[in-house]
Amino acid sequence: MNLWRKLACALLAAILCASAAANWLAPAGYAKQYREATDAPPSRTHWLGTDEIGRDRFARVLYGTRISLLLAPAAALLSTLMAALIGGLAGYLGGIWARVAMAVTDLFLSLPWLFLLITARALMPLNVSPLFSVTVTFLLLGLLGWTTAARVLCATAGSLRSADFVRQARAAGVSGQRLFWIHVMPNLKPVLYAQFWISIPVFILSEANLGILGLGVAEPLPSWGSLLKELEGLVSGGDEPWKFVPLILLVLVVMSFQFLLSGQEQVTA
Amino acid sequence: MLRSKIAGHALALVATIVLGGLLSATLVRLAPGFDADERQLDPHLNAESVQAFRAARQQDHNIWRFYFHYMNRAAHGDLGTSLALGQPVRTLLRDRATLTLRLLTVGLALAWVAALSLALTAAWLRISTYDALTTMVSGTFLCVPAAVLALLSVLWNVPGSLVIALIVFPHIYRYTRNLLAKSYSQPHIITARAKGLGEARILFWHVVPGVAPQLLAVAGVSVSMAVGAAIPVEALCGLAGVGQLAWQAALARDLPLLVNITILVTVVTLLANCGADVIGHMVRGQES
Repeated sequence: MNLWRKLACALLAAILCASAAANWLAPAGYAKQYREATDAPPSRTHWLGTDEIGRDRFARVLYGTRISLLLAPAAALLSTLMAALIGGLAGYLGGIWARVAMAVTDLFLSLPWLFLLITARALMPLNVSPLFSVTVTFLLLGLLGWTTAARVLCATAGSLRSADFVRQARAAGVSGQRLFWIHVMPNLKPVLYAQFWISIPVFILSEANLGILGLGVAEPLPSWGSLLKELEGLVSGGDEPWKFVPLILLVLVVMSFQFLLSGQEQVTA
Repeated sequence: MLRSKIAGHALALVATIVLGGLLSATLVRLAPGFDADERQLDPHLNAESVQAFRAARQQDHNIWRFYFHYMNRAAHGDLGTSLALGQPVRTLLRDRATLTLRLLTVGLALAWVAALSLALTAAWLRISTYDALTTMVSGTFLCVPAAVLALLSVLWNVPGSLVIALIVFPHIYRYTRNLLAKSYSQPHIITARAKGLGEARILFWHVVPGVAPQLLAVAGVSVSMAVGAAIPVEALCGLAGVGQLAWQAALARDLPLLVNITILVTVVTLLANCGADVIGHMVRGQES
């Protein structure tokens, strides 16, 4: 592991620990409103100031980070599992199954990701409870984000289908189902790990985009998307630099994932 | 071979349009208020007229009949009416398509010029500091959400097309740089260099023709990226294009409008990918 990956790992661990300890580190809950101090600049009480309705920005950043950092991997896990099932099975079965699965995958891939997301999000009710909005947002990311991984997995499973050890197992009378679960799936693990790590920063950025467009996590729950929406009201960049803290945090986290990912790609290769 | 490729793409395109149309019809039918007709509330109408409206609506209850009528209307260019804006979808799309097209064309051109110039100079100069710097700049842009770039462009008065270029550029640059690096490590390039061929000749005679088909494939994908980037850019920069329309439709849950835009976008991106694939195939054919 090189120095940059070690630094990325340490940074991610520190941010994750800080967000996990939000209950103790934050001066108040994410929804508590200090009505006497609305839109306040940073102070001893409010390290990053307060938003326009008096909520402590530092608390919201900590809780928002927790939501984004916990749910993006959950969505990535869901999408990777779906990709493993759809892509892996299609590749293993081959023939018409692989062609149909890849045609559907290509159709999904040809649609711009953000268009697909906002169309699917608009099909759900918009006026929902905050908890439901979090679930829907990340569930959608997980359910729609499997296509790229499925393509890679289909190709890998397709090459495994004609591998010597699979042929020998088939000749020895191993059933198709056992062959898939015991012999093919374990060999897809390195690709699955890589796809899982690739998906996390993609989902973090997608949630941020949806949040800024008002189609992500609903208020008062914080997420990086809803926190970045505050940048909309800025008149000039230098006036309130503390409002850029969520953006800096997001860029650092995504960059850390990219560094870790470069290591994962080397392992997979 | 080329004909079968074009036929395959045409088939995929037709299937997408038919499936998209069916999906659109289903969503329109499931949308709230499908059964309601506000003319029935008009106090001037007598019972017989109201009954006639109800009878007309009853015909649409047969799902297959409804699909047939919907697809028939769509084939004649009638894409329905927007629920939120109360205007024909066709008119809305026509009015806004020009701006989006201009934004995407300029944005894509800028992104490609920037990405190709940086990747080619990095490959030509082979200075590690320059390579690291350009990779770092493009990597940073990859880590910033598209919507944030759009918000910052409003703050700093940056034109929308430049924001689209900044969103698409890092993807093209990264792919091109990797392609060129891989191409430079191939045995025939190493031999050419060992034989004393000039850097410019190696790059433009041996490296670029080898990576051209893959770059054409990226050209198709970059259209899809740019179209995706148009939503946050137009929505947050206040540009009245198709992206902004899609965003407004999503916020108002205007399903007929949103699904029609999505089909249109899918067709555009499919056409771009098909075009890139066919040209790439022709280039490969010429080389072999």
